Amino acid sequence: MKLTIERLDHQVICEIVGTGSKVLDLGCGNGDLLHLLAERRGAKAQGVELNNDAIHACVEKGLSVFHSDIDSGLPHYPDQSFDYVILNQSLQEAKKVETVISEALRVGKKVIIGFPNFAHFEARIRMFFCGRAPIVSSLPYEWYSTPNLRFLSIKDFKSFCAIKGYKILVSHFLDSQGPVRVLPNLFAQNAIFVITK
Amino acid sequence: MNKDIGPIETKSFTFAESSHGFKLESGRTLGPITLAYETYGRLNEDKSNAILVMHAFSGNAHVAGPVIGDQDPAWWDFMVGPGKALDTAKYFIICINVIGGCKGSTGPSSINPKTGKPYGTDFPIITIEDMVRTQKVLIDHLGIKKLHGVVGGSMGGMLALQWVACYPDSVECVIPIAATLKHSPQQIAFNEVGRQAIMADSLWSNGNYYGGDSPEKGLAVARMVGHITYMSNDSMEEKFSRRLTDDHTGFKFSADFEVEGYLQYRGQTFVKRFDANTYLYITKAMDYFDLSDGQWIPAGGLPGVRFLVIAFKSDWLYPSVQSQEMVRQLQMRQIDATYCEIDAGYGHDSFLIESEAEKQSHLIKHFLAKRK
Repeated sequence: MKLTIERLDHQVICEIVGTGSKVLDLGCGNGDLLHLLAERRGAKAQGVELNNDAIHACVEKGLSVFHSDIDSGLPHYPDQSFDYVILNQSLQEAKKVETVISEALRVGKKVIIGFPNFAHFEARIRMFFCGRAPIVSSLPYEWYSTPNLRFLSIKDFKSFCAIKGYKILVSHFLDSQGPVRVLPNLFAQNAIFVITK
Repeated sequence: MNKDIGPIETKSFTFAESSHGFKLESGRTLGPITLAYETYGRLNEDKSNAILVMHAFSGNAHVAGPVIGDQDPAWWDFMVGPGKALDTAKYFIICINVIGGCKGSTGPSSINPKTGKPYGTDFPIITIEDMVRTQKVLIDHLGIKKLHGVVGGSMGGMLALQWVACYPDSVECVIPIAATLKHSPQQIAFNEVGRQAIMADSLWSNGNYYGGDSPEKGLAVARMVGHITYMSNDSMEEKFSRRLTDDHTGFKFSADFEVEGYLQYRGQTFVKRFDANTYLYITKAMDYFDLSDGQWIPAGGLPGVRFLVIAFKSDWLYPSVQSQEMVRQLQMRQIDATYCEIDAGYGHDSFLIESEAEKQSHLIKHFLAKRK
């Protein structure tokens, strides 16, 4: 079976997370990643998710999940109570990005952030030559129906970390086939960073 | 699979028969105490498959199955049975009428052995904790050391929370539905209106009405107020809108609107099956209930206990913020908790409505089945 990009990012995250880690996935969707981490890594997995059907899918997988949006779902978690907080493909939908990341860094020792790279060359081509908002495989939505509120590139995220003083511990860049090693801001569809304070 | 459950007899269990009686939270004693209860399914060999289902304020032990004898209609038939969320092919389901009740368990309408007459308001004030501690006597009697689950809606959810507060080592899954850690002033206020309606009825006679006419008018008004709080504005709009009754005459104080006739009917049917003093005692027990400080959670948390907290979007009597607060208290202490607000439209009563049950059933079924 051909692995989709989503599965690739799940694999990358699975390799990052140590065995038996305590993990909080913000915007965990139907729980596929958490389930993978629980099965393969023996992670103690918890999620936060807004979508009702997705919560049911999580409970079906035996996961613990808190019904909330990620913008308001964190204040009650104690400091540094998770080994990893994950924001995979959910950060771009957050309203209060800075708060979400600083809260994630408060409750988690490390934060894993995965997002689609808006500066991928296909997006640039559509923008430059067609004069149209990008629709590519990692950003498949029309401007009027996209759940994404934030459009950022790999460079944007690195500069954000520099401004905030967050340390980037690990970075992975992916296209639909696998890792991207050359000019990731141009060729990677997806980026995964591990950051800490 | 046959989804029907056969007829279930209501059983009874009596204890605290010695002169000491059973010591209540208030310091007073009560005894002997009888608990009416029903069981469904089969207790397995190591007695590890028992689930205690707890009824809401006006409920009883008859949670599922057809009506036999003087039983009320089953209140959660769609949830309990073979293949259902509380699967009687897998679990041993127990439901107990609370003390203070009027459905077979010792309450204000029971005979006071000291006087040979019904207790009336001589019945001691009881609390949610008293209800749970008496239930524990029966669970011990059945030889069950650990309950796989404690499940309940509304007051049943408070009982589930009180169970884990009293006996953290005797419970694995805790499922409070449309419940709260404490009543808000609004919830206490609605209960107080109900109590005042009963006590304002001259037939109440300070609670000593047994053997004569009972304060049916007061109790009916109390139920009407209660019933309004159990519904949502949308469900009332859908069910009644401003439709008029068939025999409305207009410009009189008879029931012109369907909603008036419906509430009157609900009030009148309620008084036939419920005791006014029980209404006073149990609403008071709910108002006293308060686990909001989290002090009941042991310092080391609750390892081995899992919570599934369910709220309903249209429930304004027990709003979802109360359930969220419950989950926050647990997550602050790193206790395993899942929370879901179900998008159901029937207000507080959503957990009792079969057409709204699919999501609730799905969550409970999978939550209980989760492997350790």
